Amino acid sequence: MAGFLVRRVLFGLLVLWIISVVVFVMFFIAPHDVARLLAGRQANQAEIEAIRRSLGLNRPILDQYLSWVWKLLHGDLGYSYRASVPVRYLLATRIPVTASLAFGAAIIWLVIGVGAGVLAAIRPRTIADRVVTFFALFFYSMPTFLLGLLLLFFAFFKLYTAGIHLFPGGGYVNLTQDPIGWADHLILPWFTLALVTAAVYSRLTRGTMLDVLGEDYIRTARSKGISEGRVIFRHALRSALTPVVTQFGIDLGTLLGGAIVTENVFGLPGLGQLAVQSILNQNLPVVIGIVILASFFIVVANIGVDFMYALLDPRVRLS
Amino acid sequence: MSTAIGGMDAHLAQANVAEPEGEAAAEIQGRSPWQLAWGRLRQDRVAVGSAIVIFLVVLLAILAPLVAHLVGHGPGEQFPFTALNTYGLPVGPSRAFLFGADDLGRDVLVRVVYGARISLIAGVVASGLAVLVGGIVGMVAGYFGTVVDTALSRFMDVILSFPLLLFAIALVSIVGPSLTVTIAVIAFFSWAVVGRIIRGQTLSLREKEFVEAARSLGASDMRIMFVDILPNLVAPLIVYATLLIPASIVFEATLSFLGLGVVPPTPTWGNMLSDAESYYKVAWWFIIFPGGALLITTLAFNLLGDSVRDALDPRYARLFKA
Repeated sequence: MAGFLVRRVLFGLLVLWIISVVVFVMFFIAPHDVARLLAGRQANQAEIEAIRRSLGLNRPILDQYLSWVWKLLHGDLGYSYRASVPVRYLLATRIPVTASLAFGAAIIWLVIGVGAGVLAAIRPRTIADRVVTFFALFFYSMPTFLLGLLLLFFAFFKLYTAGIHLFPGGGYVNLTQDPIGWADHLILPWFTLALVTAAVYSRLTRGTMLDVLGEDYIRTARSKGISEGRVIFRHALRSALTPVVTQFGIDLGTLLGGAIVTENVFGLPGLGQLAVQSILNQNLPVVIGIVILASFFIVVANIGVDFMYALLDPRVRLS
Repeated sequence: MSTAIGGMDAHLAQANVAEPEGEAAAEIQGRSPWQLAWGRLRQDRVAVGSAIVIFLVVLLAILAPLVAHLVGHGPGEQFPFTALNTYGLPVGPSRAFLFGADDLGRDVLVRVVYGARISLIAGVVASGLAVLVGGIVGMVAGYFGTVVDTALSRFMDVILSFPLLLFAIALVSIVGPSLTVTIAVIAFFSWAVVGRIIRGQTLSLREKEFVEAARSLGASDMRIMFVDILPNLVAPLIVYATLLIPASIVFEATLSFLGLGVVPPTPTWGNMLSDAESYYKVAWWFIIFPGGALLITTLAFNLLGDSVRDALDPRYARLFKA
């Protein structure tokens, strides 16, 4: 078990290192000249040279990479080009927004997705199964931004013009300032993200539940006279959840690095919105900071998943 | 072709027995697994329905200039006097503009039809590339095993650990957005999924008797891989190609929506919906028509993909039984 986890952590570190190299190559060496970009259109050669020196871009590439990584390891992500604030602070102000969105949506999609998947699996080929399967495929085919726009149009705008002021049309309120306003601003983004993701979970849960329900130990449990609810939730669901846990870790890890689409549709000032803004503004240090942070979240989530796996499935511990 | 069928799993042959056959009752005919799959697919109403929808979308995309000619509006042509009202706002669906007009006074119907071209090209080319690269890498990794497998598998793991959309948009910001870049980015970030699955399949195929037979006859690695193993991977490759198309279409639309895919004035469903973000309060047709076209297309491809998978692999219970 310890050996397994150590291997996974080492692999996670390897991934982070590779990502740091890729990011460095992408942004500091590849096609464009950072100094020229920064200097603006009217800069003369001397100014460009000055910027190049101040960024250390005239030094050997390996030297540059090492000092960049050294700063990175100390949490120094440089300064934003636009507002002269450290990237670190900029990211810190955005994380709570993204985390509020991601965790809230995660609870909803787990309940809906796993619930619907179990319902479809225990009554296969019935109306309930068909309905779940149809909605799962419908939302699976639905692009996130389209669902967001549709919810904005129907649940915000149509209701608003009908005189029902139920949901706001975007924006964000701090949890500490106004908890009700916080939830109110997040309901539509939560459901946008949750419905699209729940589709994947219900398909996954239905498939694995059907497999598990056909196993011998389920028949044994039933023949012992255990109630059907207990068989389904204590015996079957527990082992059917293993692939769901894997998917959940990956999804949550990815979302914590910025729910790019949802944040942009609903104007939520999270990491994803900052990422798109910074990319459109060519604000490289911020882009790099978000990419590194997002990769970090994914790697940590993957290690978390492996840890959960080892806890849930004894076979993993032995390998 | 006969070697290909010889390698198909035994369950496909058994399905032949279970299948009730009306017209072939008098004379028993041998049918290849492909014929069986095709027969199953043709009887699947959902599959036929979605195939018809896809056919119509493809037809409209090809005939886009004809649609533009019939309506009398070009995809980039602006009609400031007929398409915008006296306040300068776009007019809704009417006889002149069936799907309404956009904020620049262009015909939404013509733009939706032209948008289908971009979506289909991006979807088909990107998923084709992903299946090609993923298929080859997965097959090589699974066939050779050992160090080659470890290296390629770890490489795929690393790619799958990247925050994909974020990397994609960061990459686009450096190279500059265009259709080619969009397709390359989508293919680059989706081939690893295919590669992983094909690797697993090859790993078990490698141990089959027909591979052993080929090897004992002195066949080269290349020959075994491409002549003996590859035909057995065609079924999963077709399934993944069909399922990757809608995923790629959504990916392209998302990039265009964020302003980092195919850039205006070229009409795409994604960048039309990006306009909808600022205009949905005055013009519902900005969302409904390009959004509807996008949703119908991805839904049709996903339904067809599911049916194709069921038809090619009867072991899986049918999700949609018509």
